[in-house]
Amino acid sequence: MSGLKMPQANAATLKKRADIVADMRIIVPGEGVVDTENEMRAFESDGLTAYRQMPLVVVLPETTAQVSRILKYCHERDIRVVPRGSGTSLSGGALPLEDAVLLVMSRFNRILDIDYPNRAVVAQPGVTNLGITHAVEQEGFYYAPDPSSQIACSIGGNVAENSGGVHCLKYGLTANNVLGIEMVLMNGDVIRLGGRHLDAEGYDLLGLMTGSEGLLGVVTEVTVRILQKPETARALLIGFPSSEEAGQCVAEIIGAGIIPGGMEMMDGPAIRAAEDFVHAGYPLDVEALLIVELDGPQAEVDHLIDRVEAIARRNGATTSRASTSDEERAVFWAGRKAAFPAVGRISPDYYCMDGTIPRKQLPRVLAGMRALSEKYGLRVANVFHAGDGNLHPLILYDANKPGELEKAEDFGADILRLCVEVGGVLTGEHGVGVEKRDLMPEMFTEDDLNQQIRVKCAFDPNHLLNPGKVFPQLHRCAELGRMHIHRGQVPFPELERF
Amino acid sequence: MTEFLPNTAEEVLETIQWAVSEETPLEIFGHGSKRGIGQPLQTEHTLDLSRLAGITLYEPEELVLSARAGTPVSEIETLLREHNQEFAFEPMDYGPLLGGEPERGTLGGLLAANLSGPRRLKAGAARDHVLGIHAVSGRGESFKSGGRVVKNVTGYDLSKGLAGSWGTLAVATDITMKVLPAAETETTFSIAGLDDATATQAMAIAMGSSAEVSGAAHLPEGVVGRFISGGFSGGSQTVLRVEGFGPSVAYRIDLLSRLLHDYGSAETIEKTLSRRLWREIRDCHPFADGTPAPVWRVSVTPSRGHELVDAFRRAAGANVYYDWQGGLIWMRMEADPEAEILRKMIAHLGGGHATLVRAPLAVRAATPVFEPQPPALAALSSRLKEQFDPKGLLNPARMAFA
Repeated sequence: MSGLKMPQANAATLKKRADIVADMRIIVPGEGVVDTENEMRAFESDGLTAYRQMPLVVVLPETTAQVSRILKYCHERDIRVVPRGSGTSLSGGALPLEDAVLLVMSRFNRILDIDYPNRAVVAQPGVTNLGITHAVEQEGFYYAPDPSSQIACSIGGNVAENSGGVHCLKYGLTANNVLGIEMVLMNGDVIRLGGRHLDAEGYDLLGLMTGSEGLLGVVTEVTVRILQKPETARALLIGFPSSEEAGQCVAEIIGAGIIPGGMEMMDGPAIRAAEDFVHAGYPLDVEALLIVELDGPQAEVDHLIDRVEAIARRNGATTSRASTSDEERAVFWAGRKAAFPAVGRISPDYYCMDGTIPRKQLPRVLAGMRALSEKYGLRVANVFHAGDGNLHPLILYDANKPGELEKAEDFGADILRLCVEVGGVLTGEHGVGVEKRDLMPEMFTEDDLNQQIRVKCAFDPNHLLNPGKVFPQLHRCAELGRMHIHRGQVPFPELERF
Repeated sequence: MTEFLPNTAEEVLETIQWAVSEETPLEIFGHGSKRGIGQPLQTEHTLDLSRLAGITLYEPEELVLSARAGTPVSEIETLLREHNQEFAFEPMDYGPLLGGEPERGTLGGLLAANLSGPRRLKAGAARDHVLGIHAVSGRGESFKSGGRVVKNVTGYDLSKGLAGSWGTLAVATDITMKVLPAAETETTFSIAGLDDATATQAMAIAMGSSAEVSGAAHLPEGVVGRFISGGFSGGSQTVLRVEGFGPSVAYRIDLLSRLLHDYGSAETIEKTLSRRLWREIRDCHPFADGTPAPVWRVSVTPSRGHELVDAFRRAAGANVYYDWQGGLIWMRMEADPEAEILRKMIAHLGGGHATLVRAPLAVRAATPVFEPQPPALAALSSRLKEQFDPKGLLNPARMAFA
């Protein structure tokens, strides 16, 4: 991706920049338009910091009507728009374009309604993921999806990325916890989908919008489901001599009908880096460490802790500890939660991947990764959402060594190809963005991708919203609309007809 | 008229390519168990997917199952049961309500209708459990979306896009679903004699507690006698289902009895009878009366459901019961569906939708079966239809009231 090619800037738009800035100031009065190089610097990249680009202008609207006017204005003048929430994307989903208005939703930061009887919160899209939980926790409620960036990432961004988190095996992804949205299309149309009731009739546009990475519409309001916090939670810390045994243990836990609230695995390098950093008391003589968290009523959690421990022993666990207090549970998690910065301490830079695989393929994929690690001469540490097969290999490299970033990226691409080869996918929760855009043909045929782009054509026929992301090539909608007619006989005439 | 009965995905592709070249529409169905839902269709040719059947992959420990679109749901559920697993979204069986046989219906139909059941409020609908599809669009092109893993954000989720599309966007040929462990046991907590408004309060308390209630229904006096062979005595029943491991269920039932102490006398219904009760609630058993009398399936904000019923009953005679904490209302009309009045009231009470799931053909032809959409949304939906099926060949107008 170092040779990342973005759509060629529209020279006409660049030439009209001063007019566009002035018009944006009319639509969003006050402090809502940022156009000096100094102030725009803060927006030139998102969580994928290897890529930077100054936007045409940054606009921070405050109302749905403003968003609608901005998009309509841009639509009529063929100006591109890149939406941005908190800018925590790890795949470059909010990377600006030179000729695009960067539409920053951070001033949409209010919670509009808390409805306990219907267990729903209506929030503006710039409210942080954790902000929703904070608003309802005094009544014992929380919002379940918990991406690791939850302190900063916005709920609108969560919708765009279909964010997951440690607890999504049991509680689902964003798509399973959003009840409704209000959004604005590129042509300025304001559309409401869903609400506090369940299901929306007609096509599942909410399902299509969730995870569409800002290419279909701009979310201006979100209604989410909140849940009562589980009464109690306990964690088990289980060490294994190999990832095969740990993987078999995970399979047996699920086979026994137990869906833990969280189930995380770390490999040897990740365990040692984390332990050196936070001293969580992780065993250092194991090659795989499982954290299994059970949540629910005390009676259930105690019952299941015993069952999981028995399964672990049967599968060759060499160490097993059950937390007896919330403090101890927090310590178990501390190492896992600090795994990324811990790896950051043992290497100048690291590159985080995000493939998902069928769980049983874990030994094969880890072995493949070890071979690739030797081939590229770069170390790799693994953390793994073991319950749902989502792998986060961390490739260790030094950006100051010439060519090493490119080597890390090639290594990462090979890992993702391996994930696809064993029946998995390119990205489990970080999104395609610009990062994995050019790998999409590894997973999809041209017909597969064209049908996805046709969905975009229904929402944004001129490809003005967040172009250059997700799809390696955005074919023109008119071109995609052409039909290839296969003239011929009635198919399989040997079949009976009535 | 030609009835196409493909055995393979390739034959489905050929059939649709032929339809494209002839510009002739197709009615698409599996078992046809839900054929009576939607605007009536009049196509010369049909595409029957019931021979495109068979489970192609089932890995219980990976929580995943793939099958061809025409595979009977009952066959899949039988296999899942053997492994103590299930479709957690509890897909309803429309057969009896629509005057057909029970236990019919295919996996393709389950997705096309986005089926769910009482557990919808905790576990979601079919859309929340579909992981991947192979399909043929109305353009006569095969495409796939998603995969076989639970956590996947690679590209647009076209699998969800087909959920609830009633076969009007593309014909799914292969479908991969997430499956989950079935609960070890279940118990239903039942409170007698509450009026609709009080029952709504009680259900909200239960759902807002940590009792992890997986079904919350209110069966008013007028229908309660038609459940479990008249096994309920007295007036209305407000029923709350708790599922899980034995010790946990016992604890949570006790929690409910403490929380709802003030709502009157309660009983518990144990495993076997509880299963039967929730199946009857799921399948709209009280209105599966062999008549074509109009039946509405209405989804609104749970706390407003009883208000809607109260207002609507002043305008029209209807027999009702509530699922989904009061947010799903099944209504059997005494006479006409009164669609306009009902939908105006729904909009007034915070929005939602009403689907006329059963009605005589002539009534369906004269009434929008699905909730009409505001202009901008309707325009977007029709642009989406055009992108999948530009010539309008797949179940034309089944969802659109002309």
